[in-house]
Amino acid sequence: MRAVHLLALGAGVAAVAAPALANESVMKGIANPAEQVLQTVDYANTRYSKLDQINAKNVKDLQVAWTFSTGVLRGHEGSPLVVGNIMYVHTPFPNIVYALDLDHEAKILWKYEPKQDPSVIPVMCCDTVNRGLAYADGAILLHQADTTLVSLDAKTGKVNWSVVNGDPKKGETNTATVLPVKDKVIVGISGGEFGVQCHVTAYDLKTGKKVWRGYSEGPDDQLIVDPEKTTSLGKPIGKDSSLKTWEGDQWKTGGGCTWGWFSYDPKLDLMYYGSGNPSTWNPKQRPGDNKWSMTIWARNPDTGMAKWVYQMTPHDEWDYDGINEMILTDQKVDGKEQPLLTHFDRNGFGYTLNRADGTLLVAEKYDPAVNWASKVDMDKGSKNYGRPLVVSKYSTEQNGEDTNSKGICPAALGTKDQQPAAFSPKTNLFYVPTNHVCMDYEPFRVTYTPGQPYVGATLSMYPAPNSHGGMGNFIAWDGVNGKIKWSNAEQFSVWSGALATAGDVVFYGTLEGYLKAVDDKTGKELFKFKTPSGIIGNVMTYQHKGKQYVGVLSGVGGWAGIGLAAGLTDPNAGLGAVGGYAALSQYTNLGGQLTVFALPN
Amino acid sequence: MLNLSKIVTRPVIAALALATVSTVAVHAEDAKPADPKLANSYNANDKTAEQDPKLLKQDAAVKVEDGKYFDADGHPTFHVTQDGKMLDWYTYSGYRRYHAECHVCHGPDGMGSTYAPALKDSLKHLSYEEFIGILAGGKQDVNAAEQKVMPAFGDNKNVMCYSDDLYVYLKARAAGAIGRIRPSDHEDKPDTAKKAEKECMGG
Repeated sequence: MRAVHLLALGAGVAAVAAPALANESVMKGIANPAEQVLQTVDYANTRYSKLDQINAKNVKDLQVAWTFSTGVLRGHEGSPLVVGNIMYVHTPFPNIVYALDLDHEAKILWKYEPKQDPSVIPVMCCDTVNRGLAYADGAILLHQADTTLVSLDAKTGKVNWSVVNGDPKKGETNTATVLPVKDKVIVGISGGEFGVQCHVTAYDLKTGKKVWRGYSEGPDDQLIVDPEKTTSLGKPIGKDSSLKTWEGDQWKTGGGCTWGWFSYDPKLDLMYYGSGNPSTWNPKQRPGDNKWSMTIWARNPDTGMAKWVYQMTPHDEWDYDGINEMILTDQKVDGKEQPLLTHFDRNGFGYTLNRADGTLLVAEKYDPAVNWASKVDMDKGSKNYGRPLVVSKYSTEQNGEDTNSKGICPAALGTKDQQPAAFSPKTNLFYVPTNHVCMDYEPFRVTYTPGQPYVGATLSMYPAPNSHGGMGNFIAWDGVNGKIKWSNAEQFSVWSGALATAGDVVFYGTLEGYLKAVDDKTGKELFKFKTPSGIIGNVMTYQHKGKQYVGVLSGVGGWAGIGLAAGLTDPNAGLGAVGGYAALSQYTNLGGQLTVFALPN
Repeated sequence: MLNLSKIVTRPVIAALALATVSTVAVHAEDAKPADPKLANSYNANDKTAEQDPKLLKQDAAVKVEDGKYFDADGHPTFHVTQDGKMLDWYTYSGYRRYHAECHVCHGPDGMGSTYAPALKDSLKHLSYEEFIGILAGGKQDVNAAEQKVMPAFGDNKNVMCYSDDLYVYLKARAAGAIGRIRPSDHEDKPDTAKKAEKECMGG
């Protein structure tokens, strides 16, 4: 209890004085562009590096400097970290961690391989990916597939402590990275397809002791909200804000999982993340808005208390998880400088909010194909304020069970899934990897069994009709005006996290396996190299002995490995559509490799 | 919970019963030409079907009982008519259940993914009994090179109540009786199916 009191005091001081408490070691790592201590590059999730040796002029000369095989042939998401002269590489299940000595040609300093029950594998929806490690206070934090959270001594790989966050037998698993903040580490959980009541949990960074847990749905004490002080669109949420929006006990299997990214603002002392889809996928089986699934959350990291919430897709009918990253920037909107949060949702809208109070500023489609809603109602006087105006034709709820709703854009995998966007303060643009895929969706009745999938809908997916025929775009987005600046068509969904750099170059990977570099102002392709397998990892950069390197994990899989590896259903097959929809298997194969690039000496 | 135990045991018992039948039926190789009502009619132009003449012949229905079709071995099978446009209820239902329960690992239309096999290929070889056994009991291939694990669906009603539906849909895909299409039309839902569904799903 003493520690808690001290912290509360510390937080109070931080609010009025210098905001120095974030976590010294993480702040130091973020400030040093030679290192990468978080998957999100910084607390603000900008994925922007100040390194500029590799620039728009010389990036065409990039060469492979060295490579490393992870020994695992599954989908590789996330990226390695670099702390000092050590690189930390993680793998999908079984979640091996390698520490590589950059001073000695990436020699393996230590390797940590957890023992996990393989029965966790099939409980993980959509492959056994892991979105990577985090570093804080001399420890590497690994959140395993089976929800074991481990703190490893960064120098030796010895286990400091470990704690179990969930039960895979009930469908609770993990794919996400963690957020070290202050003296805590914040973790999420997966299991939306298994009817888990999902939550975010804070553990003590030194001991692994549980500090608080806030659920996505349930009674107010489980949510950790103050009915009078926690707001949504400027108004207090009131008592039982979640319970009122579910039928009976359905919130207990309500989903709202937290498998995405976390960001943190040290000045406001708020952490941000999104909650996922409500269970089941069949909307008829769960009447109501299903709060607070599909919601942007702002919480105090010490207590978990929610400051504000905003539900983007009330009563989801399409599996538009709200878990994508929240990117924090400070820009001028309506003539005044504001602390902003920009979020590219699965539902196809790019949202910009004031992150201090949750005011909705911008909500515009970031793919013109999006059709399930005409727009988000921005009229503050309207009873639908802040809600998407759903087009009846594409409403799987209105069309009902056993009816196939056709031509819904985007598909369930969203205009963007977890693959994180980047933001460059030099251009004030967001660089967004996107999917350009539509679907037919037919909900039907299912029953709930613990630890078993709980889906309740049939879907088929295909490239957006009447477009360029590809399944992806890489776009530049103006978050203040809600406009696409430029858009590069891609044959397959872009499933790799982008990286923006001070060298005026933006990097991303493709499912065929290309690492691409484009000009941050025009999108012009400046460099590409085909790595051994499709890229669903995030591009990273670091500096060692004064030289800048760019690294990326290859290893096709994940959600993208399901439909796309097989080739999506092609609605125009009979009409002689060209080979643009051909199966990904003709372009790449399974892999597990890190490729590191540098300029020639 | 009472119903659950029934669900677990039913397919196993069914599998055992059918296993006996099939060993006997192996000798009935050249069944006499089928009733025209049982004949299939496929879409010859659908290249995504990859028709397999040998399997199409082997899987042909020789008997129908209230909308459920059976092959010469006495196993459930598909019935595809009107140039591939019309499916029997069970194959259609299998399509739906597959794309809810199975496709997140085994890919759309049984095409496989980066981490689970293409069932349109597996069902070329798997017997009915093996299929039901794996569905109910799961499967593990875990070694240095791969970690493939399929869960046991034995106590999942959303799967086990439709095990025959899934089987006939995947048999139809394996034989190439239907391609990578969303079925446009289906035979009426038989009363037997309605009754069985109600019993199995528990209301």
